[in-house]
Amino acid sequence: MKEIVVISGKGGTGKTSITAALAILGGNDVIVADCDVDAADMHLLMEPDLEISEDFYSGEIAHINQDFCTQCGKCQEVCRFNAIPIIGGEYTVDSLGCEGCGYCARVCPADAITNSEQNVGKWFISGIRTGSSMVHASLNIGAENSGKLVAQVKSGSKALAERLGKNMVLVDGSPGIGCPVVSSLSGASFVVLVTEPTVSGFHDLKRVYELVKKFRIEAGCIVNKADLNTEVLDGIRSFLSEEDIVLLTEIPYDERFTEAMTNGKTIVEWDDKLAGIVRGTWERIRETVRL
Amino acid sequence: MKIAIASGKGGTGKTTLSTNLAAFMSQFGQVVLADLDVEEPNSGLFINGELIHQEDTYKMIPEWDKSRCELCGNCQAVCNFNAVLQMGKTIMVFPQLCHGCYACSELCPTGSLPMKQKKMGELRSFRADNLSLVESRLIVGEEQAVPLIRQTIDFVDTNFSEEVTQIFDAPPGTSCPVIEATRDADLVVLITEPTPFGLHDLKLAVETIRQLEKKFVVVVNRHGIGDDGVDHYCREENIRVIARIPNDRKIAETYSRGELLYPTIPAVRSAVETIADYIGEFKRELK
Repeated sequence: MKEIVVISGKGGTGKTSITAALAILGGNDVIVADCDVDAADMHLLMEPDLEISEDFYSGEIAHINQDFCTQCGKCQEVCRFNAIPIIGGEYTVDSLGCEGCGYCARVCPADAITNSEQNVGKWFISGIRTGSSMVHASLNIGAENSGKLVAQVKSGSKALAERLGKNMVLVDGSPGIGCPVVSSLSGASFVVLVTEPTVSGFHDLKRVYELVKKFRIEAGCIVNKADLNTEVLDGIRSFLSEEDIVLLTEIPYDERFTEAMTNGKTIVEWDDKLAGIVRGTWERIRETVRL
Repeated sequence: MKIAIASGKGGTGKTTLSTNLAAFMSQFGQVVLADLDVEEPNSGLFINGELIHQEDTYKMIPEWDKSRCELCGNCQAVCNFNAVLQMGKTIMVFPQLCHGCYACSELCPTGSLPMKQKKMGELRSFRADNLSLVESRLIVGEEQAVPLIRQTIDFVDTNFSEEVTQIFDAPPGTSCPVIEATRDADLVVLITEPTPFGLHDLKLAVETIRQLEKKFVVVVNRHGIGDDGVDHYCREENIRVIARIPNDRKIAETYSRGELLYPTIPAVRSAVETIADYIGEFKRELK
């Protein structure tokens, strides 16, 4: 079973639109995993039926029992996250700032602080309109995106693919290079980098590829909005060949991308020209991962 | 005064708005722009300033001092992140998992885990006339953006007065890095695009900012493309849309070259003027 992870470094390059289109082409053979749990959008194009929903717990959060608190201030003193403000004369926990290290509870002389497991979101298994299934999640507002929920979505989709005898898991990753991206890369068989020929798109591509290299995963690149800037495009092409990254395709700047999304469709269902390009890309990915 | 530019969805124009607004406003007074998207900082590509300061940034992690350790196991017991493990007669520290809470270090009865600096990124400060740019970049492979964002804001607080207009270019999303980048802000400007993805992520961003009890307004980018979902939502929720930047291939092309937009594109100039006026008014009210 192959696991293909789509990332971009920079947001807004068309990563999710392209991943959704590949999912349509992959149809019943492909389990889709939306690992951009922080701002998940894939479900808007996949019509998931939310068949299974599970709460996800990760990390802890402190609570101060005011009946026992002697206001000694020790908790505030040891907290490195400034998460214990005094509000209305009482020491309280700022739930968005608390990292759940538990230090305050360990030093409280009155045993007034307890830690509880924190519900950070939900994850789902859904049937989708490709005839296959999708594993996705939603992170609670302001919760820590430590990568654990991403790991849950990944392992859930892998297990599902094995159980249903599917050949491929297609993963939509998140922007950036931090914990969630690192988590989505682990165990990947192939990485698809979606970029655009803008100075920022190219800058972010180089940084995210530096991360991919650390994992020694083979990578291919899709240049979206390719005709926006020929100079930067040339720079990207040279970079790809120097780094041995497969240039999977160049897609021209096209507002039909947005039109398709606005109508709840993927680009392969909306525009014949784009469909042709993406179909070729999909074949190239399948050849590269030998499926 | 601190203004955070945030979005939920990536690629909706946070950096575009931050850099253009900061450069525009610096014609009339001191402005500092802080790029808090430390995983992928881009503001510096649009601002040509003179490098005036550079420093390495560190996070604090424990380092085992074998000579004093009695292998009591307390460090492992107090670490909630599994970042300190006792393996036989060795204490192992996993820096990527460490949150820097100091519990293992300060609760060690023999003082065998002193906190040491570990480099996590670099901070640079640039100057172009009235505009200062503070930019931090996380080392590739470091996973936690929050401590670097915190230090970047601290640097701005130390080096610039509250009188200076401070613009924070926030990271995308709605989780901890965004909270860190917006929790000190007096005003949050959410920039979105009028598409189903833009709307979905705008709703998440609004919920986040409401939870932080921050004043916020919306700017719509790529106006004219997509549908009217964002407008409907903002009307229903009584959210003020203060400006609209049109959808225009020429804007995308100018942006692609790393150029500011307002000097050459009148529609962007007028949107940026409107936003700057709004901020000016907000600043007077704040006083």
